Order: sequence, then structure tokens, then C-alpha cells
Amino acid sequence: MSKFKKKKGGELPAISTASLPDIVFMLLFFFMVATVMRENTLMIKNNLPYADQVEKLDKKDLVMYIYAGKPSEQYKQYGTETKIQLNDKFADVSDIAAFIAAERASKREELVPFLTTALKVDKDASMGTIMDIKQELRKVNALKINYTTKKGDVFSH
Amino acid sequence: MAKRAAPEVNAGSMADIAFLLLIFFLVTTTIETDTGINRKLPPMDDNQEDVIIKQKNIFTVLVNGKDELLVEDERMNLKDLRKAAVEFLDNGGDGTCDYCHGKKDPASSDNPDKAIISLKNARETSYKMYVSVQNELVAAYNELRDKRAMSLYGKTFTEMQADYDNVNWVGNKERLKEKIEKIKEEYPQKLSEVQ
Repeated sequence: MSKFKKKKGGELPAISTASLPDIVFMLLFFFMVATVMRENTLMIKNNLPYADQVEKLDKKDLVMYIYAGKPSEQYKQYGTETKIQLNDKFADVSDIAAFIAAERASKREELVPFLTTALKVDKDASMGTIMDIKQELRKVNALKINYTTKKGDVFSH
Repeated sequence: MAKRAAPEVNAGSMADIAFLLLIFFLVTTTIETDTGINRKLPPMDDNQEDVIIKQKNIFTVLVNGKDELLVEDERMNLKDLRKAAVEFLDNGGDGTCDYCHGKKDPASSDNPDKAIISLKNARETSYKMYVSVQNELVAAYNELRDKRAMSLYGKTFTEMQADYDNVNWVGNKERLKEKIEKIKEEYPQKLSEVQ
């Protein structure tokens, strides 16, 4: 029996985990590329209606979002009427002009005519608010709008 | 008592699990793009001249606060709206529209260029209903445009537009644009909303 006895035979050598960081990095990069950041925390219910004659709204940097709907569960104290949300806050119809001006100021001047306003409105919202929004948009000459919808058949939903 | 080392957990299959996850998410993730109905609001112009339009060239659609539909003073189901709108637009009553397939009813619209759809809604109308009505009316235009494009170029209007937006499409984009414009001219989308 020698002093340098071999360890018990048959035991597996430890597998190198050196490539684990690579895998983790790969995942990280994938999600970095694929993730779309949600800009706004919604304080309203935002269940979009369905439509099938839709067009894609690409060029995300040229879109201004206006949300509207009834306040969601945790914001019940704001009432049950349809409310408008701009950025992270509830807003009034009169705030829209200022919001559009701010959005326009943040874009390069030559892009301003191509800006589209996307109306992300809950399907249970009442048209009164939408009519007010549209009137306000006309006043500030933001005429290109998009009623954002989910893609689906009107009648099956 | 001799301390016994805890047996090392084999972590070799960790990479497999990670790959599995990675592939799963690769396959299931869809990068979300918003879709919707594009509309253009009329400009705010106070000194607008009143254009006199013949009553027969206007197709009135009214949605009341209870989400009921009144089309040309008659109640209608949403399902029938598309067909009614197509019939109205494609009527070609004055005979100048040689590509129309309508009934040429003198009491309905003269030609697609003159035909106007007027949409009016109440403040209490639900947004869902409003979008559905908009969708049906846009569908009516698209149906006519598709049919016309099919007979002229053997391809639907929707396909032509998709080709035009597709960067990988091989073909003459200029020509395609001309074709799209021609179809749009033949069936112009004249949808007015009453404020």
C-alpha cells in the first residue's frame, strides 16, 4: 500500500462549469435584444378592442401614446369614469395640447410631420372622452391618429 | 468524528437546461408591434366652405348610446354593415364608373368618387362598438379595392400593399406604387366623421 494511493476508482471527475457564464451571457444578450421596454405604467384598464383591417404601426420612435380607459382596481379612488393617461399620470383633456407639444419638442424637427398619435383605449371606454381627445388633437394639428387594436375577428369577440 | 464532505452535485447538465430555456424563449417570443386602424382627422379650419352634397351620395351610419346601429335611417346589424357599404360604394348610379359592379340604382350613390360615408356616434357609444364599425367600413373599402386590383393586376390590394412595405420584395416598387395609387383613386376612402 503506497502513500500516494489513488482515490477510490470509478468516481466521476468534476465537470467543468466554466462555460456556464457563456450561457448566461447568451441569455442576457438575447433578452437585451428582444425586450421592449414598457414606457408607461398603466393606471387604467387597457383591454384593447379587436379589429381585422389593421395596419402595422412601426417606427416606434414616431408614435405618441395616449391611453384612456376606466381606472384599474388599485386606482378605484379616481372614480369609474373613463380617464385619460399621459405618461405615468392621469390627465385632463386640456393637458393633451401640452403633451403633444412636449413630444414634438423632443423629436427632431424634420420628423415632426410624421408623428402619429396612437390611441390605446380600453374597449369599454365611452366615445365621449375619445371625441374630446380627437377635438383636442385637431386643435394642435396632430391629425394622424391610429386606433390601436388587437388583431382578431370583430364578431368572435 | 471525521467530517464527511458533502457530495458535489453534478452541474454538467446545467448548460443543457439553459439551452432548453433559451430555445423555448427564442421560439415563443414575439416582438410586439402595435397594430391598429389608421385614420386622419380633418384639419381645424373655421372658414370652411359648405359643399353641397346630394343626399343620395351620403351613406349615413349612426351609432347610438346603446351601441345600436342606424344605417340610412334603418336599423341594421353590424354583420350586414359591410355588405351594405359595399353596395352603396359600388353602385355607380350615373354610369361614369365602368369598373363598378353595382346595381346602378339611381337612388343610391353616383360613383365611388362621389360616395361619402358619414359616421356619427353618441358620446355614450362604447369604444369597442366604434372600432368595430370603423373596421367594417374600412373592410368595405378594402373589399372593393381588392376586387378591382385582382381584375387589373391579378393580385389583391392588400397583398400589393404588403409587398410595398416588404423590404425583401423583388420587383419594381415605383410601378407598384403607381398601381396602388390608381386603385386608391378609383375607390377613394371618403369617410367623414361628424363631430
